[in-house]
Amino acid sequence: MSAKSLVEEMKRGLDAPICLTWELTYACNLQCVHCLSSSGQRDERELSTAEAKKILDDLRDLQVFYINIGGGEPMVRRDFFELLEYSIANGIGVKFSTNGAFIDTEKAQRLAAMDYLDIQISLDGIDAATNDAVRGEGSYDMAIRAMENLKAANFGQFKISVVVTRHNVSQLDQFKALADHYGAQLRITRLRPAGRGADTWHELHPTNAQQREIYNWLLKHGENVLTGDSFFHLNALGESLPGLNMCGAGRVVCLIDPIGDVYACPFVIHDEFKAGNVRDEGGFGKVWKESDLFLSLREPQSAGACASCGAFDACQGGCMAAKFFTGLPLDGPDPECVGGDADEALAIISRGSEPKPSMDHSKPVTLTRKKLSVSASH
Amino acid sequence: MSVVLESVLEIHPQVAVRPETFGALAYHYGNRRLIFLKHPDVVTVVQALNDHPDVQSTLSACGVTQDRWPSFIAALSSLETSEVVRERQIAS
Repeated sequence: MSAKSLVEEMKRGLDAPICLTWELTYACNLQCVHCLSSSGQRDERELSTAEAKKILDDLRDLQVFYINIGGGEPMVRRDFFELLEYSIANGIGVKFSTNGAFIDTEKAQRLAAMDYLDIQISLDGIDAATNDAVRGEGSYDMAIRAMENLKAANFGQFKISVVVTRHNVSQLDQFKALADHYGAQLRITRLRPAGRGADTWHELHPTNAQQREIYNWLLKHGENVLTGDSFFHLNALGESLPGLNMCGAGRVVCLIDPIGDVYACPFVIHDEFKAGNVRDEGGFGKVWKESDLFLSLREPQSAGACASCGAFDACQGGCMAAKFFTGLPLDGPDPECVGGDADEALAIISRGSEPKPSMDHSKPVTLTRKKLSVSASH
Repeated sequence: MSVVLESVLEIHPQVAVRPETFGALAYHYGNRRLIFLKHPDVVTVVQALNDHPDVQSTLSACGVTQDRWPSFIAALSSLETSEVVRERQIAS
């Protein structure tokens, strides 16, 4: 079977996801301006420990190999280690994303002692100024301290996870050097206009010239850098980047949010892309296998306005979530179409008329302001 | 080592195999790699390796006709490279 027909098979969906993201909580110590899930405060409907373990039982039965845990800040949950250990004991490997705030010396040693565990430390700038402008005051030091602790505990190869923005494209080489310094692996992903990211995307997303820079950089370093296959829209620039060249939403990818809602991917927390809830009868397995939304995403998708473009086979029309939250039609070009085919449509969409995320767990503005003014007075 | 009919193989103990309509997905918990087994018959053979003395007897037992053996040897060799299967270790 050729690679191409394999991708066609994947588009028809798998019996279980290969890339399942599970956000454990909406609570977070940070308030990043591009947070995909608009996290900040815990939701009182969040899954209990027993419910979370029931999901892990279901995932084990479905033979899900590993899960990507995120949030919010997942380590905020008091049962974080309990769930981690339960998952791994059931043969489900864990990769979790964290801002590093809670990885002190003791936790680093505890994490280092576990098998089948990967850790991604989020860092969006090579210096505090670049990083903290996006992730908040003190978050750079927090991440570096966590890396130092993991290194000291001999955790092995953790990952440094970077969301590429207009302000850090020029730092890609330095991120790579930082990862090498820690014996870590670099992961770079695309900025999505999801969650609070919808409000900041226009100011933060890489320019067209920078997209070419990212593409060239990935061609040069792609084999050793993880991307979650998130840059496939750049394939329209020429040779394909490593990875599956397709949107995996509802086909090989999905998201379980902290209250058990199942979405097509981590970037579309919106009712239109909600397939069901793990608390429904039949649990996660039924949602994955039978929900109307997922079944429809596994049908052949129309190329729409992109049908006449010679690059469609290469870029597949880009990212569904990026189109949705910028107000673009789903069967047309990606807002960052490298051919510029979305520019005209984007220009006439009035700011504020785009679909809004269905939920917002951001901390109240007054709280955030207070914090900002406190830190500004230092 | 490359795989021959006389090879004695087993599924790598750190590998999980999940059947899919096109064949199966294999995941290696050690190197975190996902590998595609692109034919249901290859999946059957891989899962039967431990039950037979060597590759040839596994192929026969799984009903794979001789004309297809070379392609199965090639498939198993590539799976050995990606550490989905390995030389059988004698249980201690």
